[in-house]
Amino acid sequence: MIEQVLHTLPQVLIDGLALGAVYAIVALGYTMVYGILELINFAHGEIFMTGAFVGTAILLTFSGLGWITSMPAIITLVLVLIVTSVLTGLLGMGIERVAYRPLRNAPKLITLITAIGISFLLQDLVRFITELKNGNYILTGPNLFNKQIGIEASSILSVFNDASVKSSFFIVLGVAIVMMITLDFFVNRTKWGMAMRAVAQDRETAALMTVNVNKVIALTFFIGSALGGATGVLFAVQYGTIDPYIGFILGLKAFTAAVLGGIGNIRGAMFGGILIGLLEMFAAANLPIVSHGVLGAEYKDVFAFAILIIVLIFKPEGLFGKVTVEKV
Amino acid sequence: MSLLRLENINTFYGGIHALKGVTLEVNEGEIVTLIGSNGAGKSTTLKTISGQVKPKSGTILYNGKDITNTPPHVTAFDGIAHVPEGRRIFPRLTVKENLEMGAFSVKDRKVIEERMERVFHYFPKIKERLHQKGGTMSGGEQQMLAIGRALMMQPKLLMLDEPSMGLAPIIVEQIFEIIHELNEEGMTILLVEQNAFQALQIAHRGYVIQTGEIVMTGPGQELLVNEQVREAYLA
Ligand SMILES: Nc1ncnc2c1ncn2[C@@H]1O[C@H](COP(=O)(O)OP(=O)(O)O)[C@@H](O)[C@H]1O
Ligand SMILES: [Mg+2]
Repeated sequence: MIEQVLHTLPQVLIDGLALGAVYAIVALGYTMVYGILELINFAHGEIFMTGAFVGTAILLTFSGLGWITSMPAIITLVLVLIVTSVLTGLLGMGIERVAYRPLRNAPKLITLITAIGISFLLQDLVRFITELKNGNYILTGPNLFNKQIGIEASSILSVFNDASVKSSFFIVLGVAIVMMITLDFFVNRTKWGMAMRAVAQDRETAALMTVNVNKVIALTFFIGSALGGATGVLFAVQYGTIDPYIGFILGLKAFTAAVLGGIGNIRGAMFGGILIGLLEMFAAANLPIVSHGVLGAEYKDVFAFAILIIVLIFKPEGLFGKVTVEKV
Repeated sequence: MSLLRLENINTFYGGIHALKGVTLEVNEGEIVTLIGSNGAGKSTTLKTISGQVKPKSGTILYNGKDITNTPPHVTAFDGIAHVPEGRRIFPRLTVKENLEMGAFSVKDRKVIEERMERVFHYFPKIKERLHQKGGTMSGGEQQMLAIGRALMMQPKLLMLDEPSMGLAPIIVEQIFEIIHELNEEGMTILLVEQNAFQALQIAHRGYVIQTGEIVMTGPGQELLVNEQVREAYLA
């Protein structure tokens, strides 16, 4: 049995890393907003989904104009990523302005329900527009990076099976890493990043330091949503087919990743995302083997949510929860 | 000339009438202290000035300008630094970052460094702790950092809310000495205290607040020997 698990390990690692990178960046959006407003922004999964649709729509337009073949794929992708992230960033900022800010002092539950309402609204809106344009709400984008590359893992260790990756894997991983490093730098090394952390720790006192708190909150939503939307594009590029409901489960898993890493903790969210992605792919590949076919690969989702429940029960502050001792 | 003037300020928390027609004045170069027992409305007075709570009626003039409804970040930008009750250090920012937050509106790196040196001059201990998280410091160190952070704004008016709260007498002594020194160098200070004895000793003038009303005012030395004040606050 161990041998069988090892056979698939290289492929599991590759697939898990790609999925984990997607979870990680979506998790960042949850964790940033939670850190600053103590709000679980349920609509964030739908921002991700909207990003996937906007990106795919742009790609399809390019394709219709014949640009896809005339431009290097990587330039096309960078263009699409920039346009999409600006649009979803503005969308997130708009949602905060219109739906959350008026409720800033309302009970948390009311804002939470509003967030869920926004989720449904976005799902329906995207579905409506896609059906109107496309006649069908499931969308398949053009394939930008579909070369299959074989990885001869068996030459490293004979028990490994060879793995294969789509070339988009490297793009997804590369872009994801660049986004994470940039965000980490921004939050920890720049003045506005410091203001963001200060507002998250003590909003009232940050204002006494001349920080315009509303501006910082808007900025947080913009960045989180821009990253989420860009990740939607990466998802569409990697997995091809999208529908308006991809944001729901994926959002929940990314949220799980954020909780796992300690909600509010940015590096924790990155780590949690990668871990959940790897665990999920590992479960998908090995559950049928370990359970002798009783549990199919589709039980992998149960896995992610079992982690959520276990973390919430035994370590609610997450793996990297805030540990600073606060003296008075 | 008066730098700050509150005229007939009424502030409410829902149904609680916390400030009942407070009128108060701080002249340039003065230390003015506002004393009163717990729940009298001292913090509310400072919060109303900085814009954290909005008064229902009355006006606040600062440098001749109406700042009654100015939000906190603008009041701070205009030169009023508010060191809040309980110090409110950013616990997970480093000491250095806490100081940098004080100079958030300053763009010039060199100016920030000059001001930081100035803070080290008053509080040499802070310099040894720059890379430690704010939340790991002792109460006294946090109070010094909170004042240092406010000095980073280079304010025209420094408002301190109970800087002696919960600190050992020797630390309180040091902090009052520095407040005195800052004033000697020209800083205007509005000092809120329950520790009336020490506050009145360094203040030019004082106000006594009781359940939201100013009940007495006069030079610090006079209040210090006033029978009623002695009975209520210096016993
Ligand atoms: N956030 C608040 N909500 C409701 N009541 C408050 C609030 N803050 C202060 N109060 C009330 O206002 C009055 C004045 O409080 P405060 O200004 O904090 O007093 P002090 O600083 O002199 O101890 C008290 O009766 C207090 O209970
Ligand atoms: Mg108080």
